[in-house]
Amino acid sequence: MRRRGPGTSLLHQLLCLRCQSSTGGFPPADGDSSGSSSEPPQRSTFRLIVDWFNSPKADLGDGDTDWISVVPVAGEVNGGGSVLPELSLICKMSSAQWDFPLELCCRPMAFVALTGLDVTYNAVHRAIWDAFCANRRADRVPISFKVLPGDHEYPKCRQKRTSYEWYIPKGILKTGWMNKHLNLVPALVVVFYELDWDDAQWKEKQSECATRVEIVRQSLHGRNTKVAVVLIQKKTPLPPGEDLIASERAAALCNACDLSGKSLFVLPHTDHLVGYIIRLENAFYEHAQTYYYTEIRRVKSHKEFLNKTTHQLLFVRHQFKTAFFSELKQDTQNALKNYRTAYNLVHELRAHETNMLEIKTMAGFTNYKICRLCFQHNAPLDAIAQFRKHVDLCKKKIGSAELAFEHAAWMSKQFQAFGDLFDEAIKLGLTAIQTQNPGFYYQQAAYYAQERKQLANQLCNHDSSTAYPSPDPLETPAGVLDFFGQRPWRQNHQSIEPPDAEKEKVGILALQLKERDVDHSELIITLLSNAVAQFKKYKCPRMKSHLMVQMGEEYYYAKDYSKALKLLDYVMCDYRSERWWKLLTFILTTALKCAYLMGQIKDYITYSLELLGRSSTLNDEQKSRIEKNLIKVLMNESPAPEPDCDSKAIKTAQKVWADRISLAGSNVFTIEMQDYVPFVECKARFLAPSFHVDDPVQIHVYLRAHCPHPFRFSKLCVCFNNQEYNQHCVIEDTYQTSDILDASSQGTMCLVPGKTRQYVFKFVARTEDVGKKVEITSVDLVLGSDIGRCVILNWRGGGGDAASCQEALQATRSFKRRPKLPGNEVCWDSVTIQASTMVISRIPRISVQLRHEPPALTNEMYCLAVTVQSQEATTAKDIKLTAGLKPGQDANLTQTTHVTLDGTEMCDDSHPALLPDIPIGDLHPGEMVEKALHIRCGQVGSRIFLVHVSYVVTTVVEGKEIVCKCHKDETITIETVVPFDVTAKFVSTKFEHMDWVFADIPFLLMMDILSASPWSLTIVTSKLELAPSMTAVDQMESQLAQVVLQTGECASECFCLQCPPAPTNHSGVASGRYIISWKRTSAAKSIPVVNTVITLPHVIVDTIPLFVHAELPSFGRVRESLPVKYWLQNRTKLVQDVEIFVEPNDAFMFSGLKQVRLRILPDTEQELLYNFYPLMAGYQRLPGLSISLSRFPAISNDLLRRFLPTHIFVKPQGRQANEVIVVAA
Amino acid sequence: MDGFESNGFTEDRCIKSGGDSVVEQICSFRNHLVKGGLQNYPLYIKTVPTENELKFHYTVHTSLDVVEEKISAVGKALVDQRELYLGLLYPTEDYKVYGYVTNTKVKFVIVVDSSNIALRDNEIRSMFRKLHNSYTDVMCNPFYNPGDLIQSKVFDNMVSGMMVQVC
Repeated sequence: MRRRGPGTSLLHQLLCLRCQSSTGGFPPADGDSSGSSSEPPQRSTFRLIVDWFNSPKADLGDGDTDWISVVPVAGEVNGGGSVLPELSLICKMSSAQWDFPLELCCRPMAFVALTGLDVTYNAVHRAIWDAFCANRRADRVPISFKVLPGDHEYPKCRQKRTSYEWYIPKGILKTGWMNKHLNLVPALVVVFYELDWDDAQWKEKQSECATRVEIVRQSLHGRNTKVAVVLIQKKTPLPPGEDLIASERAAALCNACDLSGKSLFVLPHTDHLVGYIIRLENAFYEHAQTYYYTEIRRVKSHKEFLNKTTHQLLFVRHQFKTAFFSELKQDTQNALKNYRTAYNLVHELRAHETNMLEIKTMAGFTNYKICRLCFQHNAPLDAIAQFRKHVDLCKKKIGSAELAFEHAAWMSKQFQAFGDLFDEAIKLGLTAIQTQNPGFYYQQAAYYAQERKQLANQLCNHDSSTAYPSPDPLETPAGVLDFFGQRPWRQNHQSIEPPDAEKEKVGILALQLKERDVDHSELIITLLSNAVAQFKKYKCPRMKSHLMVQMGEEYYYAKDYSKALKLLDYVMCDYRSERWWKLLTFILTTALKCAYLMGQIKDYITYSLELLGRSSTLNDEQKSRIEKNLIKVLMNESPAPEPDCDSKAIKTAQKVWADRISLAGSNVFTIEMQDYVPFVECKARFLAPSFHVDDPVQIHVYLRAHCPHPFRFSKLCVCFNNQEYNQHCVIEDTYQTSDILDASSQGTMCLVPGKTRQYVFKFVARTEDVGKKVEITSVDLVLGSDIGRCVILNWRGGGGDAASCQEALQATRSFKRRPKLPGNEVCWDSVTIQASTMVISRIPRISVQLRHEPPALTNEMYCLAVTVQSQEATTAKDIKLTAGLKPGQDANLTQTTHVTLDGTEMCDDSHPALLPDIPIGDLHPGEMVEKALHIRCGQVGSRIFLVHVSYVVTTVVEGKEIVCKCHKDETITIETVVPFDVTAKFVSTKFEHMDWVFADIPFLLMMDILSASPWSLTIVTSKLELAPSMTAVDQMESQLAQVVLQTGECASECFCLQCPPAPTNHSGVASGRYIISWKRTSAAKSIPVVNTVITLPHVIVDTIPLFVHAELPSFGRVRESLPVKYWLQNRTKLVQDVEIFVEPNDAFMFSGLKQVRLRILPDTEQELLYNFYPLMAGYQRLPGLSISLSRFPAISNDLLRRFLPTHIFVKPQGRQANEVIVVAA
Repeated sequence: MDGFESNGFTEDRCIKSGGDSVVEQICSFRNHLVKGGLQNYPLYIKTVPTENELKFHYTVHTSLDVVEEKISAVGKALVDQRELYLGLLYPTEDYKVYGYVTNTKVKFVIVVDSSNIALRDNEIRSMFRKLHNSYTDVMCNPFYNPGDLIQSKVFDNMVSGMMVQVC
């Protein structure tokens, strides 16, 4: 065989050693597992089997021996660790009698004893032991190891019975049995021995080893415990088969020790110790399993000898033992099956009073094991079903009536243990739900603990003179019982009747006396708090509260009043907010007792207030008792004790109260009412949601009491957010302490039960508070006086307590008619709380009138006349006007709106849009003042203008002179429109439309001004500012000066212009600006003229090669010569050939060249002279001049003709004309 | 399997928050009836006989935990969304607590002594139906203000009659 890793080689060695004496055929070592790696399949099982009870330190055997529990703690250590102290706490508190023994609760593991190891002085042995102990995680086999000396005495095995014929069992299960098999009787004893194969003294050593084995065997005489030998070797062994000496000597050693080859192991002490150890313990585990298997077989073999009449107990015992051995064998399925059978057998036993406890104890044990295993098998429902069955079967098995408390204690323990098991399973991953969680079991356990307490109180109320019996009947010679669940004074007794009635009596007395000393409350509280923790987890707030109430009550019984009070106080608000008044009243009653017994004045008063209140379900008699006590406390006297209190505690309490009286100071208590439902209700309201500063602010405070007797108070005050007002809203009465009981006085300071009392307060708001909110921060009602004790009932806001909100809602829903109350009485439900009001400014008594002529015209100085007239009775002082654009409008409007007071100058951008605080001075009553505002709006559109007039006036309110600031706002919307539409046109001198102009050829600019204003406008003047590219042909005088335009009228003027040649471009050349100066015709002279600037359009300038123009008179006359000159101007640098042809016409005869061909030199002009002779009068067409340019064929005749006149007016021949001619002649 | 499945009860899908709750408690010896308001306050409680009444108040009050939980679990796969009967709320040693919620989230609770085997699911169901009908009659009274304690004699007689039957 090939050498592999060191771990593998050991494995082979081990295997080979075993092969030699057995049949062989072992499976080959799996892979290269070095031994230190874990074995995965076991992990999952062991993870589940975590036993929190089984702590390594819970040593059950003799203290000196080292032993370890194999069950892994790593990972789950937290869970286990946290449970342990809790457990020990419970153990300490409850009498240990009812606790399950630890060996029952632990997880059974195979017990293997290691001998021949000197762990104190031998380092090698220590290392081996450490390897066994250290890192026992879930993946390692569940074995509990112990190091024992080689000559350790194991418990003696009793002579095995061959026949059961005459045997009568004395009990079900011996108390020591479980511990014996867990910790005393090993399944396997391992003898460690240092011996190498090539040891020089082989023979001697071999026999020594054999002796050691023999000693162990001797000690285990009669038991089936296995023995194994481990040789500790220094050398690494050779692969099997190669070391012939080893094989030979191993066989010899086996022979000498009478061992099978399976039980001899070699442990080389090398680097890979842990790997070897794991291999070893797996082998041990197999041996242990075989041992427990044979034990099970042995127990089962007894069965056939038993008969059902005499050996009933043995059936249970054997079944239990089989189950327990199965557990040790880690066969939990069979263990569960056997425990179930055992459980059924327990209940088949004949039960009578003397053995009831034993039966219940065994039933409890078996049930515990079953439930544990069910949870372990992840079958919680099976566990619950088993437990329910268990409880149902055992509930009625009370046993001795004198010891009934024992049954309750036992039941309590059953529930508690199940709760613990359930909780533990949850910690390991089980999911519980609201209706099935451990809390219910703890709760039930607590319930039984309470029952136990009650029963104990009934049964154990012996005189204090009753002495504990001596000798103690509960003492046993051995200090422990022989069998579980038996009575110490009659152990091993199984018949129906007790053997000695006297002993029985003494024994019961002893138990009763012991029970008397048990602190039941502590037990109950622990269980309740466990339950509370669970219910908190599973969303049961009400259950939690209920249990906390029970805890509080239990603390009360245990006389721990402060804890009781703390708990009750904590849950009170839950019941209050859910409005379960009956429960609340009950809790309050207990709390009041606690407060009384501790002398807690504030708590006492608080609870009294609420118990007197409308939520309390107490009857009037109880209420009036509480009220009387409350009055006593307020008068600094001791209250009468609460009923049903412990008399001793009352004595202490009375002393405390007496001390309280003598203590001066700190006698003022403030109680916040919104957390309670006190016996006085309060509502406060301002009469209006807002008050003018010159009106007094009015407040009504309503009080209603619910106590059985009229109640006096000493002070009522309202507090505001502005504390200056507080002084105005106080009612105070310094009454004598003797008056306090004088209920007949119906004074204002006395509240009659059920009647609503109204208190009216008034004050004048401060002028600084105008625009502010006045709020009621609290209403304080003071009971008692400074002389005695003083309680301030403090309602936050305008009153209302923990219940009033819902009541108000119900009242609004109600269809009931409000009762008619006499006179000034108010129906409580109709009052609504109004805790805040606004102080607003006084109503102004001035008129503000605005005069203007809308719409405004763009850029004009629009005049807005504001007239302010005072209607005040006194002088209005310090009048200020704020006017202009109302803030908050489009930012663009703000930029294009300017306001000024000075109308004589045009305002510019430096003027604001809003003029604030223009001082106007004072106005006497009736006086009037006018202010003109000038607004310039740069853009059309709608604007909102604000005119705000503020002033100060002095008035008298409630006899107090106050200075009021008043103001009045007016807003108007003003539309702005353009004053006129201006259009500019370029036309030829013949007024023909032109798309472009020709360079150096005159043309006309036509300006049309169409008035769009509803008001007549005066054009003061107009002006044309030409661009440099334009020149005027003649004088540029305005033709429109002083023209008045009505709406819709149009004014036009034209200018003759000329344009020098310009480089051709598409956008044309600038023409200049046209400025119109205008104003409204109605405007005053002082109003400045508005200049409206119109930018003229660009014009495209073109050149023309030939310019033609004519010179002719403005009119002709029939038969009179009409001289016409045509000028042809060459505008190019070229010589041009021009052909001219005059088209004849019926209206004219003419003389001159009819057709001519000319040549015109560059930049010169040619003159053609014609004499036309008109033949007809009227507007006549002139003979056309047709020009064609051979060089520029594109220039058509039509284009050129545009420069020439086409018609002329011909006057008829007349007398006058003749005269002229005559004259001329 | 009942323990964890908790009987597969159904809730109404009506998403109306709050609502009054009528809680009835009937035990074979002690009968008890409660009705709760917007915040689950009782509108009507009757216990027969009246001794140990407080304990039943607590029982009914704590059972509202389960009722609320069941109501809030709307949206889970339900057997029948029109089912108002919540079934057994939770088991205690001595009593069985049953619940019922109307569409407007009025809760009815019946508490029965667990030793009473005459009352099975069907009987409880019909008791709830009767209660619900009677409660509807109370609500139909124009003079009844929803949310007020129920003082109707008819309702009271009906409950008393039902409790007599049970005893």
